[in-house]
Amino acid sequence: MSISVDIEKKLGSFSLKVKFEADNETLALLGASGCGKSMTLKCIAGIEKPDKGCIVVDGITLFDSEKKINLSPQERHVGLMFQNYALFPNMTVLQNIRTGAKREKDKDKRERFVQQVMDSFGLAELADHYPHQLSGGQQQRVALARILVSDPHILLLDEPFSALDSHLRFRLEQEVRSVIRSFGKTVLLVSHDRDEVYRMADSIAVMNDGRIEACGEKKAVFAVPGTKTGAMLTGCKNISRIDRTGQNRVYAADWGIELSVNALTDAATYVGIRMHDVCPGTGDNLTLCKVVEVIENPFSVTVLLRPDGAENTVPIGWETEKEIWKKYQADELYMSLPMNSLLLLEGDKNA
Amino acid sequence: MDWFPLLNSLRIAGISTVIIFFVGIFAAYYISKAPRAIKGVLDVFLTLPLVLPPTVVGYLLLRILGPKRVIGAWVLSVFGVKLTMTWWSAIFATVVVIFPLMYRTARGAFESFDETLAYSGQSLGLSNTYIFWRIRMPYCKQGILAGTVLAFARALGEYGATSMIAGYTPGRTATISTTVYQLWRTNDDALAFKWVMVNMAISFVVLLAVNMLEKKHAAAKGKGGR
Repeated sequence: MSISVDIEKKLGSFSLKVKFEADNETLALLGASGCGKSMTLKCIAGIEKPDKGCIVVDGITLFDSEKKINLSPQERHVGLMFQNYALFPNMTVLQNIRTGAKREKDKDKRERFVQQVMDSFGLAELADHYPHQLSGGQQQRVALARILVSDPHILLLDEPFSALDSHLRFRLEQEVRSVIRSFGKTVLLVSHDRDEVYRMADSIAVMNDGRIEACGEKKAVFAVPGTKTGAMLTGCKNISRIDRTGQNRVYAADWGIELSVNALTDAATYVGIRMHDVCPGTGDNLTLCKVVEVIENPFSVTVLLRPDGAENTVPIGWETEKEIWKKYQADELYMSLPMNSLLLLEGDKNA
Repeated sequence: MDWFPLLNSLRIAGISTVIIFFVGIFAAYYISKAPRAIKGVLDVFLTLPLVLPPTVVGYLLLRILGPKRVIGAWVLSVFGVKLTMTWWSAIFATVVVIFPLMYRTARGAFESFDETLAYSGQSLGLSNTYIFWRIRMPYCKQGILAGTVLAFARALGEYGATSMIAGYTPGRTATISTTVYQLWRTNDDALAFKWVMVNMAISFVVLLAVNMLEKKHAAAKGKGGR
């Protein structure tokens, strides 16, 4: 079970050019809205036609511009779940799920399969309800059931939780994770939420402006995001432009301090550090800083710090537990940006 | 009282509505998917009969279908049938006049359709025919029904183009509207009034139906259904 995608598509001034592969795993496309991640799913499902390239799922070529292969969406056996779940409003839950089973010609077999899926998704009681009578979570369950009954070779989930209230998401994520586990084939998940992606996926591809900037095992991508966008999308909030001042020495222009870094390459034009990696007290790159502002979060504190003497620079955020901040509570403190936590980043590749 | 004009009006309106139901939906469906430039041009052209005086439509139709004109002459020589001055000639007139009503309401309905429903149907393996008749049409049902009823009502009332292309022959081409005019012209006020009442009754029922459809539509939207 695998997918390999290598496609190009131009849409006005936007150009999509993506290449990735995934095995029997969950691959998340992580990107801001408008970066082309939903378009990529639509190309795989056959709703949009790429200008160039090929798409292969489980050894079956769905699209190949050179061999002039372009299977219809009906022939692709790709299970695509839309953000709004796209349940047919004029049909009941049972009728909706039956539409997914239409490819199976044997009527008894079809009905058995529908019943089986209805039961396993706990939808038996909702069988006669119409979509508008269901909660968001129930709608999602029906949409998943309808897709799985169609026996897809691959599952594509487009922002599966964005239509739900945040308090529902956590529980539904668990449901979807267990569906993915029992599905056991390739799953592509599109999302802009780094936490969701980290919890749901095995691998992550960071997308920006129609390109994949970083791709790999999720822990590796979070540890070394590689690009500025990758760092931002994986939740790094402190990012500064850099000028090289010496061997493994840089000046962080937005922060107004000079830093020592590990293994500086020519391509690196930005430096970043996650807010919880900032260290008070002792360590590398120690700087005396003024406290600009203290922002209280529900379970933590974000302290905005500016190097002593610098003016009009972007403050560096330090996120820590409330108990730890209580120990400091000063107007001034020494802050370390540990070399091992500094992320050296490339700028936007096509900017 | 001779009920022929009622029968004739109903059959002309009925047949025209059936024709325009399919033609209007077909045009609306394809034009709603067309590129914008083509859409603009076709839209103007197809809506024209709505704003043209019916006599102008009648004149144009006679220019094409008259026994000495292109199509009219050809049909007469090949099939030996005259396209004008029969009861069904009026169908040409009504079809042209009511087309924009059906086309515009159906197009509005199609444009409000959520395309992701069609896409997910395709991904599930449903045929495009199934998606059109079982998903798209039910979704747009209210708008299309309202358009059909409006088209039927307008067809019943068609006078100008009809009188030019089908004329007024009692018992052959007379419709309610041409009859009312004829009776008024010949000073048969009592009978004219009866036909006016008949016409009012039909129109009242039709408009009531449109209103009820729209209310049902609004109610369905209100409770979160689409």
